[in-house]
Amino acid sequence: MLNGVQLGLLMFLLAAGLTLTFGIMDLVNLAHGSLYMMGAYFAWTLIGLTDSFMLGTLLALPACFLLGVIVEIVVARRLYARDHLDQVLATFGLILFFNELVRAIWGPEGRSIAVPAFLNRTVNVLPGVPYPAYRFALIVAGVAVAILLAWLVARTRLGMLIRAGASNRRMIAALGVNIELLFSLVFGLGAVFAGLAGLMAAPIASVKIGMGDDILIVAFVIIVIGGIGSIKGAFVAAMVVGQIDIVGRAFLPDLLKTFMGAASASAAAPAISQVLIYVVMAAVLVWRPTGLFGQRG
Amino acid sequence: MKSTLLGAATVATILGLGLPAVQAQQSVKIGFISTFSGPQAAIGEDMRRSVDLAVEHLGGKMAGEPIEIVYEDDQFKPDVGKQKSEKLVQQDKVDFVSGYIWSNVLLASLKTVVDEGDTILIGANAGPSQIAGPLCNKNFFSTSWQNDQTPMAMGEYLNKKGVKNLYLMGPNYAAGKDMLAGLKLTYKGKIVGEDYTKWPGQLDFSAELAKIAQVKPEGIFIFYPGAHGVQFLKQYVQAGLNKSIPLYQVFSIDAITLPQQGELALGTLGAQEWVNDLPNEQNKRYVADFKKKYGVYPSYYGAQSYDAIMLIDSAVEALKGNLKDKDKVRAEIMKANFKSLRGGFKFNTNHFPIQNFYIQETVKDADGKMTVKTIATAITDGKDPYYEKCSMK
Repeated sequence: MLNGVQLGLLMFLLAAGLTLTFGIMDLVNLAHGSLYMMGAYFAWTLIGLTDSFMLGTLLALPACFLLGVIVEIVVARRLYARDHLDQVLATFGLILFFNELVRAIWGPEGRSIAVPAFLNRTVNVLPGVPYPAYRFALIVAGVAVAILLAWLVARTRLGMLIRAGASNRRMIAALGVNIELLFSLVFGLGAVFAGLAGLMAAPIASVKIGMGDDILIVAFVIIVIGGIGSIKGAFVAAMVVGQIDIVGRAFLPDLLKTFMGAASASAAAPAISQVLIYVVMAAVLVWRPTGLFGQRG
Repeated sequence: MKSTLLGAATVATILGLGLPAVQAQQSVKIGFISTFSGPQAAIGEDMRRSVDLAVEHLGGKMAGEPIEIVYEDDQFKPDVGKQKSEKLVQQDKVDFVSGYIWSNVLLASLKTVVDEGDTILIGANAGPSQIAGPLCNKNFFSTSWQNDQTPMAMGEYLNKKGVKNLYLMGPNYAAGKDMLAGLKLTYKGKIVGEDYTKWPGQLDFSAELAKIAQVKPEGIFIFYPGAHGVQFLKQYVQAGLNKSIPLYQVFSIDAITLPQQGELALGTLGAQEWVNDLPNEQNKRYVADFKKKYGVYPSYYGAQSYDAIMLIDSAVEALKGNLKDKDKVRAEIMKANFKSLRGGFKFNTNHFPIQNFYIQETVKDADGKMTVKTIATAITDGKDPYYEKCSMK
């Protein structure tokens, strides 16, 4: 079940950035997965340059922030006033752009980040239950970021402005807040979360072109389940989705075998577990159309 | 005004009718479909490099006519593969179509090429069971294998080694099912667990690995091609399973994935119909020239693509470039009168090869580069298990 928590936290990081941009800035950013990918590639390059896992990953985060701000200024800024369809088209274009960019710079082969030596072992979370140390570190980092984000949004002036901007953009602009700068910062912050998720996933997965595209759909499902614009909702939904995914894969085949043949169970189980999160999303939307913690009607 | 229009029409007629007719006689046109974009592009790149090398080895000509290769990218999607196949056959009017990494892409494209286009298709990787059996076609030939065969070789080897029980994992699509079915055909031990994972979306295998750790099988058998093989191996080692449960694989550790898998793959066993150290002249030349040109080892994807071009060359040479009579072209292809990189190679009645399969081990070469080497022959002159279901005799 720890696997589900770890997967959930990873997806929370991705969804948190997405909920900042989508929920607060009302921008459908399909290229969020590309920022995830760029985070991993930045980390690979910087780890190579600095020869240190910690230093490389720490340096990759400001790089992601910078990239996010640039994307906001060059592309995203022009899209706020447009409708969602235009935003989808433009950010889809960004996905293609980033994929080709990575191909041009790093080549099509994909890269590999090794797990740092001090985490390359297993720890016993319970006596006799070994668990990979790196995945355990992911859980710790994920929880830390969740707490940090909750503090940032709920307790700081920046968070106050972000929440105010979410409710009424024109009002806070009228109050003399530099809304353009604020949105650049928020977008950059979203990029940092995406990049962080990407570089933390990199040693488990591999660094490759389009690595963010697969996980992006799940991130959208999470923010829809959690309620658009709600950080708390994104966190809870990410945990739920993580658990559903793991439990579905681990136990569903055995469960099905109890009332159908082994052959048909092993054929049906993967198909069912694949659609399970969408079934849950539909169920949540029937029950609460704005998501679990949605504020907007 | 009238005369200009007339003049333009005349020019257009000359250009439109004259040029293509001349071109068609002057070159051998081969359409090559593979994946050149996205996460699996490295495989397509390896195939393209080998095709280019084959053309270079042929001096750019078949039967005195220049070779023209039209590369198309299937983007790893069956629908795109079908569209591109249509374009090659109907618009480019190629003489042969080759390539195809993925079974689902090949299955989607097959009819367009071999039935509607009546064009000869040389499959250079994918070998779905359907095409070896009921869907077999006079226009389809393969220079690779049928999907079941490689895992069948691994099954035979595991029997000999005395591995008593096994846990199977593969992706939930045409080839994944064929591969696991293939292993079960020959493997005599007990299957203690079997997981099909979402393809290509699932990249996290922690739930399955946790299950395997509890079941404690004597071995794990996997099929995860390309980037997925890299992910699986990493997670398998991170879960600490490499210390207690050996991994056996097909198509999951190769020249393309090894630079990323690195030392994690050391000692892992796999099955394959071609290995870069097979001792024949054409293979030594191919591997040496490939390494010289591109700085890395070629993979079986590349070797099969190289063979596809050489197979086409053998038919074009025998017919002196006259490809009009399709029956004659098919008859020449069927002879397989070329020097395969594998050494021995002949076609079965369903146009799939009859060939040897080898067991390979992942090792470091003299320069410290990761590679694979042959350690045993698992199957000699192997036929796929579906050829009797094919109506061609």
